[in-house]
Amino acid sequence: MLSTTIFLPLLAAALLALPQLGGRTARWIWVSAAAADLALVVVMWLGYGGGIGYEERLRWIPSVGAGYHVGVDGLSLPLIALTAVLFLACAIYPLNEKQRPRSYAALFLFLQTVSTGLFAALDLLLFFVFFDLSIVGMYFVIVGWGHGDRARSALKFFLYTFLGSLALLLGFIGLYLGGDPRTFDIVELTRNPPQAGALVLLAVAVGLAVKTPTVPFHTWLPPAHTDAPAAGSAILAGVLLKMGTYGFARIAMPLLPGPWRQYAWLIVIVGVVSVLYGALVALAQENIKRLIAYTSVNHMGYIVLAFGAAGLAAGNAQARQMAITGAVTQMVSHGLITGALFLLTGVLWDRARSYDLGRFGGIAAGARTFTLMTAVAAFASLGLPGLSGFIAEFQIFAGVIGTGLPGAVVAGGLSIIGILITAALLLRVLQKAFLGPPGELPVSETQPREVASVAPLLVLSLIIGILPRWLLDLIEPFSAALVAWVGR
Amino acid sequence: MNENPLDLLPELLVLAGAVIGLLAGLFLRRERQRLVAWICAAALVAALGATAIAAVRPDMTAFESYSLDLLTHVARATVIVATLLLIVLAAGWARGSSREAEVYVLIMLASLGTILLAGADDLLVLVAAYLLASIPAYGLAGFAKDAAGTEAALKYYLMGAFLGVLMLAGVTLLYGLSGATAYEELGERLTTAPGGAVGLGIVLLLAGVLFKAGGAPAQFWVPDVTEGASRPVAAFVTTIPKVGAFVALLRLSTEVFDGADTGWRPLIAVIAAATMTLGNLAAFYQDNVRRLLAYSTISQAGYLLMPIAVAGRSELAEPALLFYVAAYALTNIGAFAVVLAVGEDLVTDYAGLARRAPGLLLALVICLLGLVGTPPAAVFVGKVLVFTAAWDGGYAWLAVVAVVNTVASVFYYLRWIRPAFRHVETDAALAEGGARWIAYAAALASLLLGVGAGAVLTAGFTVS
Repeated sequence: MLSTTIFLPLLAAALLALPQLGGRTARWIWVSAAAADLALVVVMWLGYGGGIGYEERLRWIPSVGAGYHVGVDGLSLPLIALTAVLFLACAIYPLNEKQRPRSYAALFLFLQTVSTGLFAALDLLLFFVFFDLSIVGMYFVIVGWGHGDRARSALKFFLYTFLGSLALLLGFIGLYLGGDPRTFDIVELTRNPPQAGALVLLAVAVGLAVKTPTVPFHTWLPPAHTDAPAAGSAILAGVLLKMGTYGFARIAMPLLPGPWRQYAWLIVIVGVVSVLYGALVALAQENIKRLIAYTSVNHMGYIVLAFGAAGLAAGNAQARQMAITGAVTQMVSHGLITGALFLLTGVLWDRARSYDLGRFGGIAAGARTFTLMTAVAAFASLGLPGLSGFIAEFQIFAGVIGTGLPGAVVAGGLSIIGILITAALLLRVLQKAFLGPPGELPVSETQPREVASVAPLLVLSLIIGILPRWLLDLIEPFSAALVAWVGR
Repeated sequence: MNENPLDLLPELLVLAGAVIGLLAGLFLRRERQRLVAWICAAALVAALGATAIAAVRPDMTAFESYSLDLLTHVARATVIVATLLLIVLAAGWARGSSREAEVYVLIMLASLGTILLAGADDLLVLVAAYLLASIPAYGLAGFAKDAAGTEAALKYYLMGAFLGVLMLAGVTLLYGLSGATAYEELGERLTTAPGGAVGLGIVLLLAGVLFKAGGAPAQFWVPDVTEGASRPVAAFVTTIPKVGAFVALLRLSTEVFDGADTGWRPLIAVIAAATMTLGNLAAFYQDNVRRLLAYSTISQAGYLLMPIAVAGRSELAEPALLFYVAAYALTNIGAFAVVLAVGEDLVTDYAGLARRAPGLLLALVICLLGLVGTPPAAVFVGKVLVFTAAWDGGYAWLAVVAVVNTVASVFYYLRWIRPAFRHVETDAALAEGGARWIAYAAALASLLLGVGAGAVLTAGFTVS
């Protein structure tokens, strides 16, 4: 069933290769495949009974102990669900350019298989395969359907993240060589962590940090986001960035517990710097899309901070567990909110061919639904109670500060300033572009398709914000296990 | 003692294909010469069947000078399949030429030499194989009789002759030191020979093998021949000789060098690092795709040298090399097939390919990203195995150098893909179908080989 969920989109993509297929049929196939995939994920969620569910194994390269091994647990199931929701939103979202709708749909379906596969992978090489293919897929989305200086941004994105992925591969080889018996299987390696030192952690962490991205490995992100099409940005920020933080929780922490504890403070510092730097640079942006891109650096920083705090072995174990639960919630929450925000900026580009904050104004007067959705997304992003961002960030701060270590208290305190800055900058956007006097560029009201793709994301964020228990119940057993693994 | 000529049946079948093809070519009218391609293809298919039968028999040595083991079987199969693809590629180009039959015959003979290079278990057989693999290739390089081709052939010949003489000197020196030419005896006797002289012998011997492999510092001919010769010949010289050279090198290092002294491992490692770095740096701003592929093939030679440096130290070295070389051959031929199908040499001429021939662009993307080592294409598995083997054998730094090089290589491969998405009006027609089908087949096969890597590797090990 899990493999069906992973490969159903790819199958649909192959279907699109049939000749004499019109653009309309292609869109229809795309939406139905994405909807079917979401239905499968919902069924899986309802039937999930703890531990590693829906496990499947096949031999792939037995001579190095690598195989096709997939399964879901409290970490991967929420992210697979997020992937299915976001890709469906992108399928519904109207296509900006009428160019080659078939290849566009096929590319997104391909990316969906890759993303779902990555979050389900329980083998290092399999994880790497999907990790690398996500870069390839997104490269073609940007170079084929982006705007602005797309070729350059796409190349920068590819080179930078590919460097990260190869560092990751080196790290994986180190994990393989340090294992006894030698294997690439994550479950086995988790049970029996390999003998590997700081250098292997460095390779793995750099690879994941580029993808996350954390300061100082974030420079590929703003141009890639700015020049990608709206749906591409939504997937890049909503799903692809999570691959980095997912890797920390799935691979770096459980497989390298010793080095992780040893360098936990360094990771905390990287997290805090990402939080503050991302927020401050976002504050200085005049391009709305770049601004949102930098808030991603800020939001992903909270997750890194929580993971760092989880490695502070001296701290309170329950608090560390709470930080991890918050971090996983933040992954889901950030995916929904940033996905929505990027799709909304697509509306701006579609109407005005510009992201320039200074040229918009008074949008609220003519486009009420658009304004409402943007406001909800912005408030969710700045962590307003009642929305998912609050649940996530509150747990992270409570966890980090709750460890009781003076350094962690300082780190948590500093990061809270990040929330303040993001609140300021998002309110500034709302005030300048939506309220106030009319600007130079008019923005007309959203179309039904735009609402249909964005609104569900915001509703989900609201549901998580008000009734988070169903999600937290799924994540908490995983957090407890992760804290135990890191503590070994 | 084993002197059954039937043990060499695959080689004999390739030879028979060449000879019968040559004779038939003498009698056939010009427009009927295509028949020779069919004769050669039939001989290759028969040889492939004979290889499959031979592969299930236990390892042995024929005529005390030719190994029949996993290395030879894989080299045979790889060379035969690659040659088959090349005959199809060459057929479109050679059609109507007054010397059409000779093209196929020369390709067959050079391939035969390559197989012998891989199987040689004696320095004298190695030298003979070197000459058989080289001389037809010189002829092919200058086949078009134009200025560029002539220059390419001359350069190829001079480098080959010079490095071949050095290799002969190395063979003489090693024979003088040990009194033997068979690898096994050599390896035993060189342990007691003076180290400096043995080292010199090894270095001289490497000259010839590195020439065939296209490795530094014997790589100067690669870009000029690849650009100057005709496109199918360029595909040939960057693919097939490599298979034989690297398998020969692996055999030499485990059977001969390992007994001699330990200085050769760092030497190979440094050559590997230099080869991949030189190739990648030179490829950066090539606007001609043939030169780009030529430098790419040099960098690939660097990666292929990595398992040689750890041969005998890591048990992954042998499967890594064999898998990589087969994957590389398939992928590289795929890339050249796209060049033939599009019929353009400049990167900018690939503009608008996304609209004009999306299938061909997809094949190109799969092949080029395959050369980078993007999963799940076959070279990815090869790279993982090679990196792991190098680290396992104590050369972690070499794995790091290779990773940095891989990232650098992405840049120039993407330079070729990027213009394809630009929108341009063009009425340039695509070349005939043969090359196009080879491109599709090679791209698909490289994906299947990557996904089915486990089955292939397991089969190889249970046989051996």
